[in-house]
Amino acid sequence: MPNMSNEKVKMPEQKPDIRNKNFMEVALGYTEEMAVEEASRCLNCKNAPCMNGCPVNVKIPQFIDLIRKKDFEGAYKKIKETSALPAICGRVCPQESQCEKYCVRGIKGEAVGIGRLERFAADYFMNNCDGGEEKIVSNGKRVAVVGGGPSGLTCAGDLAKLGYKVTIFEAFHKAGGVLVYGIPEFRLPKAIVEKEINKLKDLGVEIETNVVIGRTLDVKELFEDGFEAVFIGTGAGLPSFMNMPGENLNGVYSANEFLTRINLMKAYKFPEYDTPVSVGKSVAVVGGGNVAMDAARCAKRLGAENVYIVYRRSQEEMPARLEEVHHAKEEGIIFRLLTNPVAVKGDEKGNVTGIECVEMVLGEADASGRRRPVAKENSNFILDVDNVIIAIGQTPNPLVKATTEGLETQKWGGIIVDEATGKTSLDGVYAGGDAVTGAATVILAMGAGKTAAKAIDEYLQNK
Amino acid sequence: MRKQVTVMYAKNEIITKKVLNEQVVLLEIYSPLVAKKAQPGQFIIFRIDEFGERIPLTIADFDREKGSVTIIFQKVGKSTNQLASLSEGDSILDFVGPLGTASHLEGYKKVAVIGGGLGTAIAYPQAKKLNELGAEVHMITGFRNKELIILKEECEKVSNRCVISTDDGSNGNKGFVTDILRQLIEEGNNYDLVIAIGPLPMMKFVALLTKEYGIKTIVSMNPVMIDGTGMCGGCRVTVGGETKFACVDGPDFDGHLVDFDQAIMRQQAFKDKEKQSFEEHICRMEGFKNA
Repeated sequence: MPNMSNEKVKMPEQKPDIRNKNFMEVALGYTEEMAVEEASRCLNCKNAPCMNGCPVNVKIPQFIDLIRKKDFEGAYKKIKETSALPAICGRVCPQESQCEKYCVRGIKGEAVGIGRLERFAADYFMNNCDGGEEKIVSNGKRVAVVGGGPSGLTCAGDLAKLGYKVTIFEAFHKAGGVLVYGIPEFRLPKAIVEKEINKLKDLGVEIETNVVIGRTLDVKELFEDGFEAVFIGTGAGLPSFMNMPGENLNGVYSANEFLTRINLMKAYKFPEYDTPVSVGKSVAVVGGGNVAMDAARCAKRLGAENVYIVYRRSQEEMPARLEEVHHAKEEGIIFRLLTNPVAVKGDEKGNVTGIECVEMVLGEADASGRRRPVAKENSNFILDVDNVIIAIGQTPNPLVKATTEGLETQKWGGIIVDEATGKTSLDGVYAGGDAVTGAATVILAMGAGKTAAKAIDEYLQNK
Repeated sequence: MRKQVTVMYAKNEIITKKVLNEQVVLLEIYSPLVAKKAQPGQFIIFRIDEFGERIPLTIADFDREKGSVTIIFQKVGKSTNQLASLSEGDSILDFVGPLGTASHLEGYKKVAVIGGGLGTAIAYPQAKKLNELGAEVHMITGFRNKELIILKEECEKVSNRCVISTDDGSNGNKGFVTDILRQLIEEGNNYDLVIAIGPLPMMKFVALLTKEYGIKTIVSMNPVMIDGTGMCGGCRVTVGGETKFACVDGPDFDGHLVDFDQAIMRQQAFKDKEKQSFEEHICRMEGFKNA
């Protein structure tokens, strides 16, 4: 008999007024008892609508059933059949707009906590089982993966399992992409990312850090060096700015810069780590996505008293994961919705003193289906802040495109691929993730990495 | 994959160290991949150890056969002092590049290359390349006093004319690089390009001067940055009213279009923190000595 509770088993969390002063993980994870109880809420639907919402088609009812039967290792292995990085996806996927959106239990109450259960199974395996991955027979063929983020890691893992000798080229000194430079420790502990990357190394994947493809080497040279196929997963690294007056004042950061200082360079441990980050008493974060929430919550943890999310639409249109918005509010982040910045104000020394905004109202629906915000006349006001963080999106990094002859891209920079295979305009060159779609989610990038790995395998088998 | 040559050095090993003056140090570092691609005007980013910052430095020289890249830097903060304390045979953790867009030096007949202080180390490879390309090169380098003069022989070797000035006249030639440049122009030297590399105020005043004469001028910007590939946007520079990223769009820019006042202001962004980091470093070092 399924557990007919209309609510998910509550996730243990650090208390808001404690966690907003540290960088430790917010959500603490289910105990075995909690996991079994939540798993028993699943109706094990025959047609499994949840699976259609998952970009990598995790066999959701099956792994949840294994948790219910207390076969936690089996549950992990079931997820692993289709997902490369369960401990990460369980933490950062926007489940409410994917698997959990289609959960039958969601009609009358809350959907089954699929993400929480995925995380539980992955953490259980990491803490209790680990080691002893399957033996792989090498086929001797070499594939280069450009970029060590979610799509590249997934593609590399899948190809390595098929016997390919894969080398990942990473521009930074550490692989992981957005998982290490963007998503903060309190949402995704870096030790977990490192464990997942070490598993890839155990599969024989080599990681060459500090190699910028497009500068240190280019795609043509990779083929000359003996790689038979190349996967480009260079992400959406180029930060967008508002192009408003005062944006180059001291104290204005792109979210990329702010988060990279904190997460990759560990500025939150300054001066133990050398990289600094300056956060004043009040901070405005412009944007309404996950990146904006991450930046706001980091600013709070670094001691800012007033942290504002400045977003031009209403909460309904916010692209951020529901849980992140909820967590941010609990932690004391102030939401200034229907508010659009028009200029950054500074003092004579060039330091930020405030951000001028206008109030907005929602008008007709635009191309994205969301109601378009329109400025209210004479509604300008100044919010006193010491820092402004621009988190309005990123576009693909143009470095690879600029140095790879014949690689076709969209006008806005996304690499053009065949959606079913990830194949680009160049023979043997595949691409996926944010480099193709523009800024999207970790799981979509992983899905694209998977698709490309399959296509690369077919391509090299027939070559 | 890569041609295996007999590797004599470890990854990122310091092959040569020269103290050029009390503030400035030269390191030749083993990095064959960077050496293979390096061009004048490009830069590298280094990180000494796990706790280190990512610091950009313009490439001063490279030797493709030996697989080495030379950097010349001034001891200003924690990281540069720490780097200067390393010895030949030591290795650093990360060394990535070559980054940035290479300087376009083809097609010029007569060029004035100006180096201010440490900027001379970056101006030198440009002069060298121009010399190789057959241009007539006049080098003007300026220092605060004669003790701080660097790369004198090197600059003389790659230029048809080399003038070294000091702010205090201690080398017998008192003056600012702008005074000398004006004098050379007034003497009838028709430069079709001026390259100015040095402190921001120096580049600003050279650009103001050459604007008077209508001579095309390239400057090299070296702002704060993290990744060096266009990702952080920390290196924003306003050029001709547009925001550019020095790491990918530069570091070379048209000196007549750069907003120097803004660049000078942005350079101050992390000064307090840098001071704190450096002071703690000194405290720890002193602590070791006294222990």
